Amino acid sequence: MTPITTLHYLVLAAALFVLGVIGVLTRRNVIIILMSIELILNAVNLNLVAFSRLYGLQGQVFSIFVIADAAAEAAVAFGILIAFFRNKETVNVDEIDLLKW
Amino acid sequence: MTPVATTFFFYLLSGAALLGGVLVITRRNPVHSALSLIMTLLSIAGLYLMLYAPFVAGVQIILYVGGIMVLFLFVIMLINIEQASREERFSKQWPVGILAAAALGVLFVSVFFKGRSVLPTQLLVLPEEHNTQQIAVLLYSDYMLAFEIASLLLLVAMIGAVVMAKKRTTTP
Repeated sequence: MTPITTLHYLVLAAALFVLGVIGVLTRRNVIIILMSIELILNAVNLNLVAFSRLYGLQGQVFSIFVIADAAAEAAVAFGILIAFFRNKETVNVDEIDLLKW
Repeated sequence: MTPVATTFFFYLLSGAALLGGVLVITRRNPVHSALSLIMTLLSIAGLYLMLYAPFVAGVQIILYVGGIMVLFLFVIMLINIEQASREERFSKQWPVGILAAAALGVLFVSVFFKGRSVLPTQLLVLPEEHNTQQIAVLLYSDYMLAFEIASLLLLVAMIGAVVMAKKRTTTP
């Protein structure tokens, strides 16, 4: 069997990224879309850590920043989502069509 | 310690990660999606361990699986999933979405295979026992400003989330 190279990790990360993009573009439920965004961020993190195997530890430091950003993004997104659900009783993106109520 | 059976574990973990990803975007019930996402996140933590990044793997498990995913599950239980589970799962533009995402994937893979000669073939030696220490030194020297900005970002996000989710006492 061939040894595992960086290219293997890059292809796996690309596959996870594409799955996340499909989720964002096709699902209607906002919560699933947020989960797909987490999938995309994880694919990017996997790339960063795989490259840190070649170029040094900076990639791992950046992946920690990406995880912190993911936490911040999830908190704000859920704040907006709960505020919206209280008013409109729906979580489908194609029914979310107002800026003010 | 050098990893054993790297090829087997790579394919096992990447298969679990991809299966979890597919389940995330296809399940009807958001709770099932969240559990599949946890499977993916744990597999990716295993891949981090294989890439000599034990600190990132620990942060992934503690912060992602223990923090963010619990937040997801809380929010799923706060909103009404009964109604969402009966409605149509996919939006009307799903063929275009899948086509665009597949084109993106083909682009990625072709770029990787065309440009793979750029990648260095020699792997670095990253000692695992000093990994956390080295990351901490980098965070507090070269990336000090970015670290402070990240803390500010978390503060702003916390305030923003509380303001957004707060009940309005007076209706404007």
